Formats: sequence, structure tokens, C-alpha cells
Amino acid sequence: MDNLVKIKIDGKDFELASNLSILDVSKNLNLDIPYLCDHPDLDVRANCRMCMVEIKGKLVPACSTKISEGMEIITQSERIHKTRKSNLELIMANHQQDCFHCPYFGSCQLKNLMKTYGLNAPAFSSRKKNREDFSMGKSVVFKSQKCMECRACVSACEKQGINFLEIDGNGLEIKIIPSLNKNKDCVYCGQCVSHCPVGAMLPDMSDLEEIEKLLKEKKYILIAQIAPAIRASLGEEFKIPYGQLTVGHISTGLKALGFQYVFDVSTGADLTTMEEAQELIERIEHNGKLQLLTSCCPAWVKYVEFYRPEFINNLTTVRSPQMIMSNVIKSYWAKENKIKSANIKLVSIMPCTAKKYEANRPEFKKLVDYVLTTRELALLLKRHQIMPEKLKESSLDALFSSSGVIYGASGGVMESALRTAYYLITGKEPQEIAFEKMRGLEGCRQAKYKIGKYTLNVAAVSGLKNAENLLQKIKADSKLYDYVEIMACPGGCLSGGGQPVPVNDEIRKKRANVLYQLDKKSEIKYAHDNPFVKEIYKTFLKDEKNRKTVCHTQYAKKKKEGHIIKKI
Amino acid sequence: MNEIIEKIKQSGLKGRGGANFPVGIKWEIFNATLANKKYVIMNAAEGEPDVFKDRYILENHLEETLKGFKLALDLFKNTQGYIFLNKSLYDLLENKIRKFVNKWPVNLVKEKGGYLNGEETVLIESIEGHRLEPRIKPPYPPEKGLWQFPTLINNVETFYHVYQISQNQYHQTRFYSLTGDLNNIGVYELKEDLNILEILKQTKNLPEKPFFVQVGGGASGIFLEQENLDQPISGAGSLIVYDTNKTDKIKVLKKILSFFLKENCGQCVPCREGIYRLNELILKKSIDWLKAKELCQTLKESSFCGLGVGCGMACESLIDIIVKFNQANG
Repeated sequence: MDNLVKIKIDGKDFELASNLSILDVSKNLNLDIPYLCDHPDLDVRANCRMCMVEIKGKLVPACSTKISEGMEIITQSERIHKTRKSNLELIMANHQQDCFHCPYFGSCQLKNLMKTYGLNAPAFSSRKKNREDFSMGKSVVFKSQKCMECRACVSACEKQGINFLEIDGNGLEIKIIPSLNKNKDCVYCGQCVSHCPVGAMLPDMSDLEEIEKLLKEKKYILIAQIAPAIRASLGEEFKIPYGQLTVGHISTGLKALGFQYVFDVSTGADLTTMEEAQELIERIEHNGKLQLLTSCCPAWVKYVEFYRPEFINNLTTVRSPQMIMSNVIKSYWAKENKIKSANIKLVSIMPCTAKKYEANRPEFKKLVDYVLTTRELALLLKRHQIMPEKLKESSLDALFSSSGVIYGASGGVMESALRTAYYLITGKEPQEIAFEKMRGLEGCRQAKYKIGKYTLNVAAVSGLKNAENLLQKIKADSKLYDYVEIMACPGGCLSGGGQPVPVNDEIRKKRANVLYQLDKKSEIKYAHDNPFVKEIYKTFLKDEKNRKTVCHTQYAKKKKEGHIIKKI
Repeated sequence: MNEIIEKIKQSGLKGRGGANFPVGIKWEIFNATLANKKYVIMNAAEGEPDVFKDRYILENHLEETLKGFKLALDLFKNTQGYIFLNKSLYDLLENKIRKFVNKWPVNLVKEKGGYLNGEETVLIESIEGHRLEPRIKPPYPPEKGLWQFPTLINNVETFYHVYQISQNQYHQTRFYSLTGDLNNIGVYELKEDLNILEILKQTKNLPEKPFFVQVGGGASGIFLEQENLDQPISGAGSLIVYDTNKTDKIKVLKKILSFFLKENCGQCVPCREGIYRLNELILKKSIDWLKAKELCQTLKESSFCGLGVGCGMACESLIDIIVKFNQANG
């Protein structure tokens, strides 16, 4: 237990834990101290100087100042106001305002701060007009003309253990750059995107503009497929309480935009579950290469292919829900409904920037035509003035089980696969709470389960640094685990690089809760009980060749990929 | 209680690097912090333009200064020392110092960067091989410094005075480097509480024509008019005298700004952007002095480290003199 200290804030008395910074206190008490560079996930950098407060006649940054006994803090005064406004003006002077194309459109904290501090337009013009844009894997874009060099992206990348984003130069010439080191490459997880306070790190939004064109042209049959995690977070963009914006609302919103069909990728997740459970059992029974590692997360897959190719054979060959679902839509559903797949444009709505990269992997032959992140979907809806909460719910074009939905949270793939593996091994349905130990935000959760005659050691890991630690452990002891789920982003897809900002552990928990509540309420609990799944295994996937093409893939060692630099 | 620390505390010696922190208290914190390894660093980075008193001390009192440094090394058994010298001092003194500290656990380090490298946490980052940027304080180096161990960093002059204290030879003096439009340029050892006017008088430097001064360093030092010289020197011991009528004051301001533009690390917004914008304003034909002063305030109030604060203070005080001069002279 931390010591309590007595402090005064703007004349009011408080007794609070001594390990808090003034900014922590401000956030907890909803005080009005502005900040930009600070992020609870990252170490304090204290470089934006927006959170200045006064103590003993001196201005100090609230983020890097811990409270202490007897401290008297002033958070608002003319002097403080002037200093914050001046720093805001210095930041805004170099921030290219391109609001219509920015996912912060309508929820921009820079705009809010300008309003609060009465800053109409900066007195200076940008000194960064010649700076270039970078595009990483058509997934993540860095717009350096918006950047305020706060380095949140660099810290986020470092926290993932990737260190691909680097600080270059000094003083005025300081820049964030993608590493030129051939041994470092971006895995497209987008954690830089979700930690950037000013929209300089963004999802690559070229697909969004293409989709705008398609919506206007109306030449193609537009189909959307929605990933599980979207329903947990899209509401944040419209200030709708958690759980109230359903996948039904989202479906209606997409149809109002001009999409003809909307599918739930949770159905694809159920198929991934079926295949993965079978692969797990096969590997156990035939003593194959154990430590089966999941491969739903394209950033994780890229990590293995680039940084740890020696583990490629441990990855399950089962395709991710996005890729299975796209194949099912284009080659099975389209045929059933007598639609030429050439007339379809399939758009994935994903919580993830790396899913853009996955969709573009050559072996998938453009099954998915475009990928939008949650934030891009929100921007699209806002641009077209569609407020999803005002719409009626509509049903989706295929059923799904709740096991598919929990794919959006770290541990969900494993929990889902274990439920089905249990059924396949024992012939009985598992208890509802059987594999709940897999849930949570801790970087690595492990458990031992007895299923029939087998004892399985499993783990669920999120965050790439935790993943690397796990690989090191496996290297040292190959019998440590039988099955491990790995997600690149902390907490899993629900805090993916394409998800709304801000994000912190409290928000992550709320998003996870939405998914687990859906699971609790759902009538179909298990992938193997999903009627759509049952049907497709009886028909289309009964053919072994179909099953292999639709559900499985391979991986290969990767060299550093070229990243596009665009000079404006 | 440690005898030398007690003596330093009693002497009232303040750090001579410019920050004026009581040396006894710094040593006491360093001494009291528990660790299995400690570091002591002599800061001979002296990087302020027109300040040359550390160079003078090292040229004339090298052995005494090193002996003062040794007293800090001896505070704790497992201590490693560093002597951090700017490029020119390193080239000048390397051999002499090596000969003298031959058997001590001491490394000589040649400065890599510029002005900011002399800031104590930048100096630490520099030895650790990182980017040359200041750290967030606290923690302060005496608690957590080099490689996160307790680290005592003192300026050359401070160590020299510590030696004097140990020999009961310290008489509350400090070193002043005097330069600019005056007759007797040089380094003088005088009482630390002398006011500026007295310093000029005692060194036979009081100009006859109207003048103004910059005290505490040729870049970050503040500018004072003739009527404000009844105060001692703050910051580094330096005094630069300008002939009011002869001096192109805007040129001086431009020179200071180009210095800071070049030397700032770029880490924080006020420093990186504020100095740039201030410079932009000053380069214009018609200067918006109000906006310029606003930026100086921002630098003073919210910079990450002393570099931005110093720049803000120096520029603001000079701008005041310029505006007043312009008003008086139409």
C-alpha cells in the first residue's frame, strides 16, 4: 500500500497515494489539465509542455511531477493559461490541418484545445512543408507534416520490442523515421497509430478513398465483413455507451452507406476454430511438432517470418478469420447466390492495421479487396452523416457463434479452440466457464487443462515483447507448452492499431467486457454448434481440396520490405 | 558525520557551474544514498561563449582541483571517477591529467556534443552512449545518475574550492571571467558577494561611456543596464561589457539565437519551436517585440531543461534593453 499524502489543488484539500503524478491525479479527478504527449501505457516523456501547473511560484509539468506531502498545486491561472496557449500555438504551427481526411475528424483533441485556449490560427506558418510521408506495408502511414515529435510512437514501437521507429537528427532537424537497418522491419501492428496524439501516425487510408469512389459509382456488389472487435469499440467514436451499439446497428449503417451484404467475420472465426482444434488434436495424437502457435494475428505472423523464422513450422497453417471468411464469401456463398465473384468488391472492417497487410499478401490473391479500420469506418459514417445509434438494427447475412466473437479479446482464439477441441476429444460440450483462465490483460496467462486423456499446457500472450519472451522460453524448454495464442497488441484485437483512440487499460477492459457479455448471452456457444459451420462442412468443405484452399496457408521467411516514401 | 562534507556545508559553498546549488547538501545526499557503486564526475565542459574561468583554473590550479576531486572519490569505496572535458581542454590537458591521476580509478572523457553536453544529465547520457538529451529530474544524479547509480557531478571551480576548504584556505571567493568593451580583460578571483559595479571598479574596468552588461555567460547570461549593477553575479562567473552606443544590439540578439538554434536538442516544444519562432520574428524587418517577449516567457516558464530557460531569460532581458533604447532614441 502506498503512503497517503495531503495536498491542495486550487485551494481544495485531497489525500492521495504518493506514487501518483499530478497529471494522474488530474485524470482521476477529472480536472482540467491539458496534455498531449502523455500516455498511460508509456513512460513519461514530458516534452509537449502542455500540462504545466504552478507550485511555489514555479511552473512544472504535471506529468513528470509526483505529488508530495503538503504540495500546493495551482492548475488554472492567467500565467498557466498563457504558457499552455503559447506551446499549443507552437505545436499547431507545424500541424498540417487536413481534417476531412483525418480519423480524428469530429473528435480532435487539438481542435478542442484550440477552442479552450482561444487560439484561432497560429501566428506562424509550418516549417515542415518539405517533410515526407511514409507508408509501411500499405498498413500504416506516417504523415510527418502533422508530427509534433513527442515520440509516443517511438515508445510504443519500443514497448513492442520492435524499435523500427527511430529518432533522427537533433534540434530543429529532429525527425521520426522508419529504421534503415536491414535487420529491423515494421510488423504493421499499428501501436504507433493508437498512441499518436495528433494523427501523424495513421492507418493507411488509401482504401477508404477507393471505397468512396465505389460507393459513388455503384458498379460493383459491395460486401462488408465485420471483425469481432469492432462491435466492442465503434460506439466510442459516437459517444455511445459500451454494449449499446450492436453489430446490427453497424450492419444497418453499412447498408445505408451502400453496401448490399454484411457478414460477420465471427463466422470465419468459427471456421478457424474448427480447423485449429482439429490441427491441435492431430498434432497431439501424431506427436507432431508441438507448441502449436496461433496465426490469426498478421503482425505476429510477420514478426515470426522476419525476426524468428525458426518458429515458422510452429505456426498453425489455419488461415485467419478474415481470410477464411473472404474465401467462403467469394467461392461458396457467391456461387450459392449466383453472383459472379468478379462483380463483388469485398471490404473488411478490422480493428487492425496489419489486416491491410494480410489482405495484400500475394498468396491470398486479393480475396479481400479493401480493408478499413474501425476508425476509418467511423470517419466514413461521419462523412456521410450516418449516426449508427439512430438506425434500427438489422440482421447479418450469416450466423455466428459466440466463440467467434471472443476472438476480439486476447485469449479468445484459444478459449474458442479449446471448447471445440474438448468436444471433438470427449464428445461432450465443455462447461461454460471451462477455459476462462485464458481471459485478461496480463501479458502472459497460462493454464493446464485435462481434456479426455490429454493434459494440455497452454498460454495466451499479448504484446510482442511478451511474445518474444515466450519464444525464448520455448527455445529453452520445448515441452513447456502444447498450444499458445499470440496477439501482437496488448489485450488482443480489441486494442488493435485500427481501434478508436484514446485507449488505456480501463477502456481495454470495457471493450473485452462487451465481447464476453455477448458470449454469455449468445444462444450458440460453440463453433461446432453453428448451423452455418455444420452446413458448410457437410457440403463445400467436405471436399478436402476445398478445405485446404479455403482454410489453410503457408508462411515463409521474409526479408525487409520496401517502405514507400512520398515527398509532398 | 563526514568531516569534509561538514566543512563544505559550513563554508556555504555553492556550485560554480551556474546553478548555485549548495555543494554541501549535494555531497550529503550523494553520500547518504545507499548503493554498491557510485560515480563522481568533474564537469569541465565549459561551453558558454565568452566564459573561460574553468580553463583558467585548470591551467593554473590543476593539481589542487584534482585533489578536490579526489576528496569526492574517497567518500565511498567503490567509486569510479570521470573527468569530462570539452574538446579544447581535453587536447590541452589530457597528458598532464593522466599523469597526475595515474593510479586513481578515473576515466578521461572528451566531450562529443556542444553546449548542451555540459548539462549534468546530458553529460551522463553522453557517457552512457545515448542521444545527447537531458533527463527528466527528479531523480537527481546524486540519487540516480550514471547507469542509475548515485553520481556526484561538480564543476571544475567547485572542486578547486573544495580543495581550498579542506586546507582551510577558502575565503568565499569565486572566479570571474571579464570580457567585452573593457580595458582589462581576464579572469579574476574576488569575493563571491561583490556586486557588479564593485567588480568593475576593483578590476579597473569601469567604463566611462554608457554601457550594459551580460552576466552569467555569453549565451544564457542575463543582460543588465547600468543602473542595475548593485547585485552580485548569478550563474557562471562571467561578465561581458557592451558599449551601449557602439553595440548593434539586434546583432547580439541574433547571435544568441543562432547559438541556441544550433545547440538545442530538440526534445521539448518550447525550446525546439520557440527558439525557431523567436529567431524568425527577429529576422523580420519590423519586429513584433510583444510576440517575441511572449515566446521568451514560454521558454522561461516551460522548457524541459536549463538551456531553454537560459535562452528565454537572456533574450527577454536584452529585448527589454533594446525596446527601452529604441523608445528613448525615437
